[in-house]
Amino acid sequence: MWKFVLPVVVLVTATGARADETAIKLKDGPGRDVVMNNCAACHSLDYIQMNSPFLDQKLWEAEVTKMIKVFGAPVDDSDAKAIVDYLSRSYGRP
Amino acid sequence: MVTRRSFLIGVGGAALSAPAHLREGLAADSFSLDPHLPIGLRNIAQLEALPGKVPLIKLTYRPPNYETPLHYFNELFTPNDAFFVRYHLSDIPEVDPKSWRLAVGGDAATKPFELTLDALKRDFMPVEIPAVCQCSGSRRGLFEPHVAGVEWGYGAMGNARWKGIRLKDILDRAGLTKEAIEIAFDGADGPALDKTPDFVKSIPVWKALDPDTLIAYEMNGQPLPHFNGAPARIIVPGWTATYWMKHLTRITARSTPEDNFWMKAAYRIPVGKFPLVQRFLTQETAANTPITEMVVNSLITTPAESEKVRMGQTLTAKGIAWDGGYGITSVEISTDEGQTWSRATLGPDVGRYSFRQWTFPLKTTRKGALTLLARATNAVGQTQNSTLIQNPGGYHHNLMHRVSVIVG
Repeated sequence: MWKFVLPVVVLVTATGARADETAIKLKDGPGRDVVMNNCAACHSLDYIQMNSPFLDQKLWEAEVTKMIKVFGAPVDDSDAKAIVDYLSRSYGRP
Repeated sequence: MVTRRSFLIGVGGAALSAPAHLREGLAADSFSLDPHLPIGLRNIAQLEALPGKVPLIKLTYRPPNYETPLHYFNELFTPNDAFFVRYHLSDIPEVDPKSWRLAVGGDAATKPFELTLDALKRDFMPVEIPAVCQCSGSRRGLFEPHVAGVEWGYGAMGNARWKGIRLKDILDRAGLTKEAIEIAFDGADGPALDKTPDFVKSIPVWKALDPDTLIAYEMNGQPLPHFNGAPARIIVPGWTATYWMKHLTRITARSTPEDNFWMKAAYRIPVGKFPLVQRFLTQETAANTPITEMVVNSLITTPAESEKVRMGQTLTAKGIAWDGGYGITSVEISTDEGQTWSRATLGPDVGRYSFRQWTFPLKTTRKGALTLLARATNAVGQTQNSTLIQNPGGYHHNLMHRVSVIVG
């Protein structure tokens, strides 16, 4: 069901969400929208910026897998791949 | 979709690669970020105020993670409105103290019951204990190589006088069975998704029965702030803050180990790597074990990093030291990169779980950089490390703190 709820709804309804997080701007690049649509359902996107740039592709993949397997994020396989690609390209270890 | 807006100063962008202390200046209400913190963190960290709080260093908005700027640790007790904020999950309800209920039960309790806040205050003896509340991952951002997580600097901690009742008194009323091995805590905050494991933590029954383990409803003489766990939270003096459940709603006496993600996978350290005394054996595996007591640590709070000092001026360096509750026995200062050490003067001992303040007179005899190192030792002989004990979670960072001033 969460798939069909846009993150903006979460931002408005979740207690503790603040308008300021809308100022977070992730780097441009393919996959950015997929990241924003999936990841922001549960946490602000500054989590990504904060954890950069020191995770390589394998470690970003481990993070995304943890979000899906442990925290139950409803991310399908093609989105998961796009997310890992974007994160390791834009926020990965140089 | 997150809407786009013009940049705030301090969020992203090329102009923002300057270190925060240069952007903000070095005024008392500013903050500095250690240059060893991840660049990504240094680009986004900024002073922002949550409701009821002074501006703190914002690491993440949701769940909210905000750390206390270092200069607040010049005080023995950290002001409530400057106390750090740390959440794992983003659904954080404001709990009405009038309708709040604490449920006590579990398969190892013979007499389950519920309590209102009034009854909790009325029916049990109040006690007050000064104690350091420190996130297990405080200073995680200083690990090299960096490890994933909330990239805390020095301020994921604070010291407060916690007033409440003994957890033991509640457990005595609940009638623990002989089979009780762990006491688990749940709070009112929860996940954004149903499938995300709720944040539930347990402690060994012997630690729950320790007379210093409390259910607190006040800190520093005031009701708990919302963001520090109102209306009541668990206090486990000496142990890291992961067990100090905020917005406490349920206490469960268990005959089996708690087996959720937050116990079985998170907050674990390798077995045998740290010189710790108190262990959590019902959760220990051959490879790893739950984090328990804090390691001995200290911080230089005055002078500030990169402060300019006049040649010939005598300074009083100041700071704090703390540990897992054995008591600080000495703090030593070195001004020659650790070749020689001199003892600082310890301030009053207000309790073994509290910060212990220290002072050290510092003469400036040479122009240029003057670097201080601080090293604390406790009553069981534990001292601070000069090389980092690596561990996957980035816990227990207690490298000696280092501050350089410019003598000119």
